Amino acid sequence: MLDVAGHILSFSFYEGLVFGFVAIGVYLTFRVLGFPDLTVDGSFALGGAVAAVLIVKDVNPFLATLAAFGAGLCAGLATSLLNTKLRIPALLAGILVMVALYSINLRIMGGANVGLLREVTIFTLTSQFLGLENRIAYQLVVAGVLAIVVFFILNWFLRTEIGLALRATGDNEQMVRGFGVNTDMTTILGVSISNGLVALGGAVVAQGQKFADVGMGIGMIVIGLAAVIIGEALFRPKGVAKLLLAVLGGTFIYRLVISVALRLGMAPGDLKLITAVLVIIALAVPYIQKKVQHEWLPPAARW
Amino acid sequence: MSENKSLLELRKITKVFSKGTIDEVRALDKINLDVKAEDYIAIIGSNGAGKTTLLNIIAGVFPPENGGQIIVNDKEVSGLSEYRRARYVGRVYQDPHIGTAAKMSIEENMAMALLRGQPRGLRVASDKQRRELFHAALAPLGLGLENRLNALVGTLSGGQRQALALVMATLSKPAILLLDEHVATLDPRTAQIVLDLTEMLVKRERMTTIMVTHNMELALRHGNRLLMMHKGRIVVDMNQEQRSNLTIRDLVVAFERASGEEFVDDSVLLRPGNVVGISDL
Repeated sequence: MLDVAGHILSFSFYEGLVFGFVAIGVYLTFRVLGFPDLTVDGSFALGGAVAAVLIVKDVNPFLATLAAFGAGLCAGLATSLLNTKLRIPALLAGILVMVALYSINLRIMGGANVGLLREVTIFTLTSQFLGLENRIAYQLVVAGVLAIVVFFILNWFLRTEIGLALRATGDNEQMVRGFGVNTDMTTILGVSISNGLVALGGAVVAQGQKFADVGMGIGMIVIGLAAVIIGEALFRPKGVAKLLLAVLGGTFIYRLVISVALRLGMAPGDLKLITAVLVIIALAVPYIQKKVQHEWLPPAARW
Repeated sequence: MSENKSLLELRKITKVFSKGTIDEVRALDKINLDVKAEDYIAIIGSNGAGKTTLLNIIAGVFPPENGGQIIVNDKEVSGLSEYRRARYVGRVYQDPHIGTAAKMSIEENMAMALLRGQPRGLRVASDKQRRELFHAALAPLGLGLENRLNALVGTLSGGQRQALALVMATLSKPAILLLDEHVATLDPRTAQIVLDLTEMLVKRERMTTIMVTHNMELALRHGNRLLMMHKGRIVVDMNQEQRSNLTIRDLVVAFERASGEEFVDDSVLLRPGNVVGISDL
């Protein structure tokens, strides 16, 4: 019993870290930039596809993972250019790129999926290098190191002069322009980094599960949102560092709940429905609370 | 001050909205204006006179019609977009929410303002030296903001936010300060505090300033030059001496003479003889 609990905990911890990249990406667009970006589903699978195909071609898996990050940057670049230069609404721009990426991912993989069973991945490399046999142990090491690197880079970047301009763009675009910031550029930068992180998550997940699949990104945006909302609600973070940690924590708790539910016999196919219901509840509760207390309510945002 | 050379020149500035439709509006009509360095200009006029459009043209929110020129320090800036013009132009808006970022701390807001018009790099935006600078800039307000650098701006009152917006707009000394009815939404006491602060900053930094207001008393008491706009044109332009003994009545008469129309903005006549505009009520 303890064994099972330990396994679920450590596995959730691992998943909390790898899906944490997705959640941080979603957090960057939805919360920091105020840019509801739905590219995520496509860029997650893009990251998996690019990494898997390169690994099959015997590219160093760390380089392949980095390339996946770069591919994600490009996906975000496409979405943000549609929005800033052609003035297509953010939601629609994201959906367009997401749909386009489905075809692109099929082209990249030359089919619906690519297997990595006997290939050298960042996990097998690390396990050899450290001499670790226990799968969950080396998976945790890889995901943990990557998460720490991403955390420190973002925590620094968001407090730099450019990072501040990026955050202020989401807060008060008119003001930031008045202080000489090209808000098109900050939007492009933010959405690109966000999708780079999501693709990084896709690359790591594909290597962890030993295959990439064209459908692996479906629902990823909702999972990311769920993690962000849980993290914000539970930890009520203040400041950049705590916010990033809260998002990672939210992802961990979300994965923990899902793992337990699966253990208790929930059908894996129901996962996305339950996630969606979770997010709906999390979004609706504050509204219903206010409604009950007869507080003034703004009209629903249409984005 | 008239021997000073022009800091800002507007040449044949026209702006037409909804061009080619039945709603076509000529918001600005061949405006020419010379602003000398260290001028403090008050602009009054009824709704739709073109005051805010004029500020938007100067700030670069939208370009003037073809043929119009905006020259700052002998440099033509008409083609520069708003963010590129930020190094010349600081602005405080009527709504305190526009001039400050609510979800960021006072310190982060100040750090944004400090780098007005400068390239932004990968240096951490605020360090000890900059914090001391922010502290020194905020202390004269007497609002205690300098001791709350980590507070989120969203937690400040409207008056505090407007005072902060004013400090932010002037922090890195733009060539021109634009004040767009910046005390109109504040209660009378807070408005007075922000106005005093404006006077202090404009004098201390010797800032070239253009203030738009609906309040005639404000326009008479502040600045060294008074412009009145009507239907996209400047109809009255008075220097320091010309306006020194004016009352609001005189202004209304001057307006009627210049525009050839009866003055229709009741707000300034609500209490004849008394100098109260609607924005004070």
